[in-house]
Amino acid sequence: MRLGPNGTVLDAAAPARALPARARWRRRLRSRAAIGLLMCLPLVALIGGLVAYPFFYSIYLSMLNKRETAFIGLDNFRFLMTRDVFWQVVQTSFVFTGLAVFWKAVLGFTLALVIHTVPTGGQRIWRGLSLIPWVMPLALSSLGWWWIYEPTHSALNWLLVLIGISPKPWLSDPYWAKVAVILVNVWYGTPFFMITYLAGLKSIPAELFESSAIDGASGLQRLRHITLPMLKSIIAITMLFSTIVTLATFDIVRVLTRGGPRQSTHMFGTYAFELGIASGDVPLGAAVSLFMFPILAVSAFFILRGIRRSTV
Amino acid sequence: MIRTKRARRALTLLVCYGVIAGFVVFFLFPPYWMAITSFKTNQEIESLEGIPLIIQHGATLRHYRDLFAKTDFLLYFMNSVLVTVPVVFFSMVISVLAAYALSRLGFAGAGVIGTGVFLVYLVPDSLLFIPLFKIIGALGLLNSKWSLVLVYPTLIVPFCTWLLIGYFASIPKELDEAALVDGAGHLQMLVLIFLPVAVPGLIAATIFAFTVSWSGFLYPLAFIFSSGEQVLTTGTVTSLIKGDVYHWGGLMAGALLASLPPVLLYVFLMDYYISGLTAGSTKG
Repeated sequence: MRLGPNGTVLDAAAPARALPARARWRRRLRSRAAIGLLMCLPLVALIGGLVAYPFFYSIYLSMLNKRETAFIGLDNFRFLMTRDVFWQVVQTSFVFTGLAVFWKAVLGFTLALVIHTVPTGGQRIWRGLSLIPWVMPLALSSLGWWWIYEPTHSALNWLLVLIGISPKPWLSDPYWAKVAVILVNVWYGTPFFMITYLAGLKSIPAELFESSAIDGASGLQRLRHITLPMLKSIIAITMLFSTIVTLATFDIVRVLTRGGPRQSTHMFGTYAFELGIASGDVPLGAAVSLFMFPILAVSAFFILRGIRRSTV
Repeated sequence: MIRTKRARRALTLLVCYGVIAGFVVFFLFPPYWMAITSFKTNQEIESLEGIPLIIQHGATLRHYRDLFAKTDFLLYFMNSVLVTVPVVFFSMVISVLAAYALSRLGFAGAGVIGTGVFLVYLVPDSLLFIPLFKIIGALGLLNSKWSLVLVYPTLIVPFCTWLLIGYFASIPKELDEAALVDGAGHLQMLVLIFLPVAVPGLIAATIFAFTVSWSGFLYPLAFIFSSGEQVLTTGTVTSLIKGDVYHWGGLMAGALLASLPPVLLYVFLMDYYISGLTAGSTKG
């Protein structure tokens, strides 16, 4: 048995009347490519028809007037830039994303580190319990949080009073409403960070720690000189990935505040929904969504580069 | 010396368990609070006396009974099942075919498609729901749950394909060479050799597909308006909230029951779930 390129099997015992070797090769390759493309066809059709086409269609839509009867170029984008509400949305989106990703990374790393430190036998159960927020449908757990934040009858303010802190107007005050939505996002996303960081910690060879322990390195030194450098790319990729998902937040804000009070918690997704679906200005909504794209593209570029680097 | 080392280890563990306990309380408090509310009587929920964190005046199943008897909860549940089953099936078929071709058939363009799949995985639903709203409308599927069968695979297939490429790539090449010698076609080989070996990957991908489809909120909220076509997420959030007085007990019962299928799936198949979740990060 002889092997051709790409693992193709070239049967040495083929009958003499068969095609000359090179033509046979070419035919095999061509049929391989044909089969491969055929098998990818459903995927390509799906992505082409329901991701790529909608994306370009969205750019076109964003350049129409409200009734979608006339082409108005970049007027929708210009109009948005003159609106205070839009800049409020931009600010909330960035503050939300920045703070949420930061806290998820810090808390997720802390949790991964402590779970990694306790005896292996118990790790499974802690890891398992910690992932529950990530597994619950976010719209429904947000409903639970909505009830938690209820100011008079619910748990959070009762607990605050119990420990001597004054109750907060959670969802009716612009500042506390922002705190509230960020807290839910941190609750939901920390488990994901924990699980990827824990997998990363497990991939660091134990010998590294052992030899450093012999050299007398303290726990903090080991963290700084071994753990963090070894996990650098996982930390970065997870944070970039989370930046995309967090910037695209919809469920939490929609369920908890619907963007209020006074539009203070609107993010790109919920504001686009408000304009495009609820108020019927599809082009303006499409324009708001598209403002997310540059940030997504930059993050995606660095994620792809990071993954390529760490696998090569 | 040994004693201080042991003491230090014990102290470290104590701190670790303390931190873990804090996190677990934080993570599990919302579902706990939802559950406890769903079993309380309305009087107790509204009462400002006593400790709200426990049930003091007897548990009741009334909220659950009302959910089935007086609301459309069961209808939403059926709609969620009717959407999720075909979504999972089609997503898996598309992903398996593509992952096989991309990991084994090394044809021109495979690299481009592979990178494309990864990039599409990063596209969030809140970027494209507005053009999709127009497209669904043009197809005459607005206000129909079947619109979700069409759009959900876009959120699922990229990740599942990517996950399965990893699993397929770990299958030794000798296996397919042996099969090809025996004259097996590619489809035969995929079904008879690859699928049985890749079962853990298939389970992880199926769990992912189920969870995404079951939890979807933005698309049904944007595409479906009438109560009869709602799925569980939007049905619970929009239709169970009536008037200014919120029926917290019923609402929490609904939210909790609706969350149960993915959580149960997770509890029983945790290892597959986590292997799927970490496939990307550990490969690096």
